[in-house]
Amino acid sequence: MKPAPFGYAKARSIEDAVALLAQHGEQAKLLAGGQSLIATLNMRLSAPRLLIDINGISGLSGIALKNGHVEIGAITRHVEIERSDVIARHAPLIAMAMPHIGHPAIRNRGTIGGSIAFADPAAELPGCLLALGGSVEIAGPKGRRTVQADDFFKGLYETALSPHEILTLIRVPAAASMSRYGFAELARRHGDYAVAGLAASAHADGSGLKDIRLAFFGVDLTPLRAKGAEAALAAGDVEKAVATLASDLDPPDDVQETGPVKKHLAGVLLRRVAAQLSRTRA
Amino acid sequence: MNEFCDITLTVNGERVSERVEARKSLVDFLREDLTLTGSHVGCEHGVCGACTVRVNGEIVRGCLMLAVQCDGASVETIEGVSDSGEITDLQNAFQTRNALQCGFCTPGMLLTAQDLLSSGHAPSRDEIREHISGNYCRCTGYHAIVDAVEAVAQARKGSRK
Amino acid sequence: MKIVADVPSPLTALDRPNSYIGRAVPRPNLARLTQGRAQYVSDVVLPRMAHVAFLRSPYAHARIVKLDKSKAETAKGVVAVVTGAEMCKVITPWVGVLSHLKGIKSAPQYAIAVDRACWQGEAVCAVVARTRAEAEDACELIDIEYEELTPVTDPETALDPDTPVIHPELGDNLTFERTLDAGEVDKAFNESDAVVEATFIFGRHTGVTNEPRAIVADWNPGEQRLTVYQGTQAPHMMMNLFAKHLGLEEHQVRVITKDVGGSFGIKVHTYADEMATVALSKLLKRPIKFVADRIESFVTDIHARDHRVRGKIGVKKDGTITAFEIDDLTGIGPYSVYPRTSGIEANQVVNLTGGPYKCPNYRARARVVFQNKNVMCQYRAVGHPIATGVTEGLVDLAAAKIGMDPAELRRKNLYPDDAYPATAASGIKFEKLSHHASLDKILAMMDYKALCAERDAKRLGGVYRGIGFASFIEVTNPSAAFYGVGGARISSQDGATVRLDATGAIFIHSGVTEQGQGAEAVLAQCVASAFGVPIDRVRVVTGDTDNVPYGGGTWASRAAGIGGEAAWQAGKALRQNVLTAAASILQAQPDGLDIVNGVVVDKGTTRERISLDEVARICYFRPDTLPPGFQAELMATRHYVPRAWPFAFTNGIQASYLEVDIDTGFVTLLKHWCVEDCGTVINPQLVDEQIRGGIVQGLGGALFEHCLYDERGQMLNGNMADYLVPMAVEMPDMEIGHVVTPTADSELGAKGAGEAGTAGAPAAVMNAINDALRPLGAKPMTEMPFTPGRVLRALGRV
Repeated sequence: MKPAPFGYAKARSIEDAVALLAQHGEQAKLLAGGQSLIATLNMRLSAPRLLIDINGISGLSGIALKNGHVEIGAITRHVEIERSDVIARHAPLIAMAMPHIGHPAIRNRGTIGGSIAFADPAAELPGCLLALGGSVEIAGPKGRRTVQADDFFKGLYETALSPHEILTLIRVPAAASMSRYGFAELARRHGDYAVAGLAASAHADGSGLKDIRLAFFGVDLTPLRAKGAEAALAAGDVEKAVATLASDLDPPDDVQETGPVKKHLAGVLLRRVAAQLSRTRA
Repeated sequence: MNEFCDITLTVNGERVSERVEARKSLVDFLREDLTLTGSHVGCEHGVCGACTVRVNGEIVRGCLMLAVQCDGASVETIEGVSDSGEITDLQNAFQTRNALQCGFCTPGMLLTAQDLLSSGHAPSRDEIREHISGNYCRCTGYHAIVDAVEAVAQARKGSRK
Repeated sequence: MKIVADVPSPLTALDRPNSYIGRAVPRPNLARLTQGRAQYVSDVVLPRMAHVAFLRSPYAHARIVKLDKSKAETAKGVVAVVTGAEMCKVITPWVGVLSHLKGIKSAPQYAIAVDRACWQGEAVCAVVARTRAEAEDACELIDIEYEELTPVTDPETALDPDTPVIHPELGDNLTFERTLDAGEVDKAFNESDAVVEATFIFGRHTGVTNEPRAIVADWNPGEQRLTVYQGTQAPHMMMNLFAKHLGLEEHQVRVITKDVGGSFGIKVHTYADEMATVALSKLLKRPIKFVADRIESFVTDIHARDHRVRGKIGVKKDGTITAFEIDDLTGIGPYSVYPRTSGIEANQVVNLTGGPYKCPNYRARARVVFQNKNVMCQYRAVGHPIATGVTEGLVDLAAAKIGMDPAELRRKNLYPDDAYPATAASGIKFEKLSHHASLDKILAMMDYKALCAERDAKRLGGVYRGIGFASFIEVTNPSAAFYGVGGARISSQDGATVRLDATGAIFIHSGVTEQGQGAEAVLAQCVASAFGVPIDRVRVVTGDTDNVPYGGGTWASRAAGIGGEAAWQAGKALRQNVLTAAASILQAQPDGLDIVNGVVVDKGTTRERISLDEVARICYFRPDTLPPGFQAELMATRHYVPRAWPFAFTNGIQASYLEVDIDTGFVTLLKHWCVEDCGTVINPQLVDEQIRGGIVQGLGGALFEHCLYDERGQMLNGNMADYLVPMAVEMPDMEIGHVVTPTADSELGAKGAGEAGTAGAPAAVMNAINDALRPLGAKPMTEMPFTPGRVLRALGRV
């Protein structure tokens, strides 16, 4: 299908983008990687009157280690993240997720900001952000603000971003020597969205774990933490953690699998990730 | 509201200036405005890979980029990459091993294979399958394609020694 | 017809000097396909061409109450907005029935729905505009009101008295019913030591051709001729149908098929939107182009394989199969597709179940019912995956029941290789098959004993792998028995014209068509060998009804066996003509000469007498130098149709080796084998690649592909992200082997091979999964696709 007609504006700066959004509100959509947006437009699931292209804005891309955090500009392409030494060393959980995201041609254009803002419930990066307890920087008409990962994902394709705002930066805690990570995903075919996925981070605590964050994706309308399971795992009981998922998670049926199947798969992933978390990192 | 934009870009080494609708995809622009029909449209939602082209040296889905986004860019299609001789060994291998039947996925498949091989190392069969995992082929079942790419990878490695 | 030597010689007619028969010659059309220089219908552009987009019903069953097109008509770029009622003035409706399917019934189907839409996706209005985008924009401006009607969406209840009848004039929702009762089934079951029953469910799925359906129709009122560019498998059939429904003479219609981006049976049918496109061209007197986008493809390309089969098998302790019984229910769409009918798939299931096995007791019932879902019709290996799935599934269950190795049970019951000719319980006739030789070969290729040992060792380590077999037969090279006898103007014969051009090259014009399987290469190989030129001197013309002999096109794996034979005979005939001309030039005897490598030589030697281009030069430009009374004929046409057998049955066997993750239910395909006997193999590489591609299509149906509908007749997953086609990572390497049993019904002895892979793959996977899970006491899995959720439920984990 061909999209409904729209206008096109290339934003020269974040302020420019914010001003255009203020002017057009819900009639405008931000164009970053376009790998989700343009597919949506092609199917006429959405018909904005204006696309605001933010790809050319300088300063919105790049990966840096700053004050114990890894900061990633919102329009940093997946492929740059995939190839980044900084990510490999200081945000290894994200490095683990990258090969699961789409395919090479998609990763050459798709951006981390786009993925976080679009918030597909089965996407990997929102899960990683939640697992790392990161935050996002947002620019809007009232200036800049920071939103924590725990407060960002609200509902199906719904985030804390308002139609007048633009995501500018993703920030995650840099890996420390005590940091432990785990990532596992089940998808019907390589590169597909997850049928069930788990991104997890923790800190080694003697022979056990603390600060555990288990972020499941593909099992609900948003990525979500299984807090009951986190507590059980902190107490060292993997089987109890798996059993607790029954109350932590209530996956709806979707086109790929039923809720009960997703819940079962979540348990399988938890066992696998728990094993990863308990291993010392190389 | 600019529903039409003037763009200037390089396509297969040729400088091109056109006025395009903002909503026109890169692959439709190539096929319709420039009559470069070697890139194909299979799904328009970025899954099948038949529209794969190169923008500024990187493979992309031509159906998920707008022509207007390519203002100032360098775009290469199968026609250009073929005429330059860059993938002659891949094309020959595909032919001798019948790694194509209807040929519709082939331009995208060749560009994706070339993307894999241009990194320089000789990939395993599993790595080849992974790199082409976003290119849908209904005819071959992929086995002959993997054979062809593997053979070319080995030959290029051999000729580099 | 036996293999005939044209002169007494120790060589057979196939042993031509420099013969290409049996050689893996690369296809001549590949270079342009790898260079992006092909011409698919979706690439065709004509002067004054406009584009059509269709407004489609969002409801499975609805009356069109109001349709106001006034706003759409004045939208930017719009040429015309045309309703179903207006279409009726240009093109007549059609009914998909054939007389040899006794009792089949269907209702007239219109190019555009007139007052009622009967499936979600049916076109209810056409918008023609300068661009496709503008046409789609205008579709949104059509003011349409529907009254929803109750949709019929469950085949199990489609025939209940309470269920609405979709076409009241037909009386009920039954399209077609067939029953068969051979031997003494009840007695056989009573005398069995074990009887196993199972219900097999095959998920509705669809072709997903990489290039969607595309058509450019060009009515030229100045010529009073309609030219249609269409990616059809059967150009002559479409030519006949366009003429028939537009009120034209056949000779006023020309159908041109160049490169086709995949077909697999999808593009051999008549589609309402394509007929509408052709009618629009006639109405608007200009070329009209329609390219189905992927979203509309999912709800308009024919679906297939939506079957629920209750199967029963009886077996004795010693492994002898005593009887087969099936009850097949299949739910199609609201119309039987035209002209081949939607009764053929079920008919095949009845014909083919039990086919590989020498068992005289067989009872079958098949019912085809209408539903308010997308239409359903023939798709690669029509009915075979169902019949093979049921048969091979029952055979494996029987083996498990009596504790016999599944390969052993097959050995006990497959038709012996010397049992021919034979007629199966269903009435199908076998010329000569090689089930046992094929079984021997595949067991060797797999190293069956070692593979079983590996599987068993893995089990001890908690890794569950399985091995599954599927023996199968395949219908190829159909005679008129398939369609012609039912009144369809679908040609089972085919023709080839070959011509020597002025520089000694050869042109072949053939009635079969190319969709990527290599028909052009096979034709070139046949003619180059029969005539005697290097293959690079051969040019093939197909897919143009103005310029090829009247033929049937490519379907039911007929291109090599039938098209190839016609080409072979034509090549021989042209050789004879050319040698007669050469002889008259050389003052020699024609039967002392031969053509080898493009040169006329003394027969049986390499002594060159005259070159082909010299013969051509004299015949075309200096006929004044030829003996008086002699006329050179440097062109020959031959036709061929199988006469001795209604179908050339082939046989084969497949095996799947896979691993089931019993925690997640995910199945990993480790390896796949297929041994195929398709008679004389003209190009081994092309045959093997056809089999590989066919296997993967079958694997798709077994593990991934499923058109999901809700109870309101809405397709839930009609896009490439949610409908899962096989991609490279999940597919295994596939090893192919051959046994060769030529047919005596043609000189080449080639049978067909295009659909064999798809016929057996799903059954092999099903049996392998059940083999893997049997030690865990899992319930046998018989419902496809075998999704992780289904595997987990079979294991009782969910």
